[in-house]
Amino acid sequence: MYPNQFQYTREHEWVHVSGETGVVGITDHAQKELGDIVYVDLPKVGTVVEKGKSLGSVESVKAVSDIYAPVSGEIVEVNQLLSTKPEKLNEDPHGDAWLVKIKLSSPGEIQSLLSAEDYQNYVGAEEAGHSA
Amino acid sequence: MTQPAAALKATPLNATHRKMGAKMVDFGGWDMPVQYSSILEEHHAVRKDVGLFDVSHMGEIEIRGAGAFALTDYVTTNSVAKLKIGQAQYSGLLYEHGGFVDDILVHKVAEDHYFVCVNASNQDKDYEHIAGLNRHNARVEFASERYAQLAIQGPKGLPTLQKLTKTGLAPIAYYHFTDGEVSGTKARIARTGYTGEDGFEIYIAPDQAPRIWHEILDAGQEFGIKPCGLGARNTLRLEAKMALYGHEIHASITPYEADLAWIVKLDKGDFIGKGALVKQKEQGITRKLVGFEMTGRGIGRDGYEVLLNSTAAGWVTSGGPSPTLNKNIGLCYLPTAHSKPGQRIEIMIRNQPVEAVTVPTPFYKRAK
Repeated sequence: MYPNQFQYTREHEWVHVSGETGVVGITDHAQKELGDIVYVDLPKVGTVVEKGKSLGSVESVKAVSDIYAPVSGEIVEVNQLLSTKPEKLNEDPHGDAWLVKIKLSSPGEIQSLLSAEDYQNYVGAEEAGHSA
Repeated sequence: MTQPAAALKATPLNATHRKMGAKMVDFGGWDMPVQYSSILEEHHAVRKDVGLFDVSHMGEIEIRGAGAFALTDYVTTNSVAKLKIGQAQYSGLLYEHGGFVDDILVHKVAEDHYFVCVNASNQDKDYEHIAGLNRHNARVEFASERYAQLAIQGPKGLPTLQKLTKTGLAPIAYYHFTDGEVSGTKARIARTGYTGEDGFEIYIAPDQAPRIWHEILDAGQEFGIKPCGLGARNTLRLEAKMALYGHEIHASITPYEADLAWIVKLDKGDFIGKGALVKQKEQGITRKLVGFEMTGRGIGRDGYEVLLNSTAAGWVTSGGPSPTLNKNIGLCYLPTAHSKPGQRIEIMIRNQPVEAVTVPTPFYKRAK
């Protein structure tokens, strides 16, 4: 379910780092929790974002949720697909519906992120947490 | 399977919703399904075919006896005298100062019997309010425990429900009801709803609700019925510009401000709130509920600030995507002078002003 080559946040973003660039998206768990996604608000290319700070938002029919930057750096590309087809986030959150690409300013930050296995355990625990 | 937190109230269908995999949320202290499959799919099912909602969280209050008419008329804004037996009426329950205690549906069961359907989170307050004003020799009964309520909404609502009852449904006019049976159990069958679509709301014994729920789903299968949650109920009612307590109306809002002058009958006898409304009508209202459409990119949502010429001037009461119109719509309060359609406004969305324009309402009206 959760690709091994990605790193994850507890706020349900993923980042796939190769070289000095990270592709960022939201997880399958996040899209399921949100429901029908109707709007994605992303920053412009050139914007500098800071790890843990909001870089944009995803809106479902029901509500709006922040997207937090999993790493710090400069936005070098924004996924144009999502401005016309936000529903793709429900269909392919780990693939075609990536959000932005970030040029990492502090590559060491990824050490603090979760592995696929840790994230799987984390959302498993979160889901289990509902059924106290 | 998850369980509701101890503090949350549950309808007789709670276990059914959980078994069927609905996503549950805390809705005003009730553990309710927000969606079954997808809010969009459920919304479209109601507009095109039929959807089934559990609305058993709604409250019921019965007013009976020789003084039933006098009390019901005294506590509500609409004219109870105009109601015929078997007719339902949308009305306001107000405080002396003219603000809403609740918005309600009054059903006239008999000359000396009114059946009032009220909002879930207001039911205790409503009962105390009405009972506290009872100087009319009426009997006021808090009856919510005796009823489960299901809403069968959409153009295929009638053929779906007709399969389960001998009562002829076609002759029941909009906002009328009849007492009959659904699938062998006593039911009050009302042609009412909160979706802007044709449909029915039935009131049945709570212990029958799970069986009837499944029978309606089976009966509606050939028409594409979908079980629906409160998410779709909200997008549907917003398109139809039906008020939601706590949003468009509350204790500080009067019917005139909420664009509900049609439920106020000043020419009837005295009623609670009349003095304040008479005065407000003379002086004119300073703010008014209006519809808007986003013209810029973004969704104006409940509570967001509304700007006129870059100055804070109002607030959004409800807002979101309209699945039928494929636009982002909402309702907001604006100064009366700027409440006509075509007014350019801005909505503060995450600290950015985004353009919108006021539009005529309702946003959606079904073809009759």
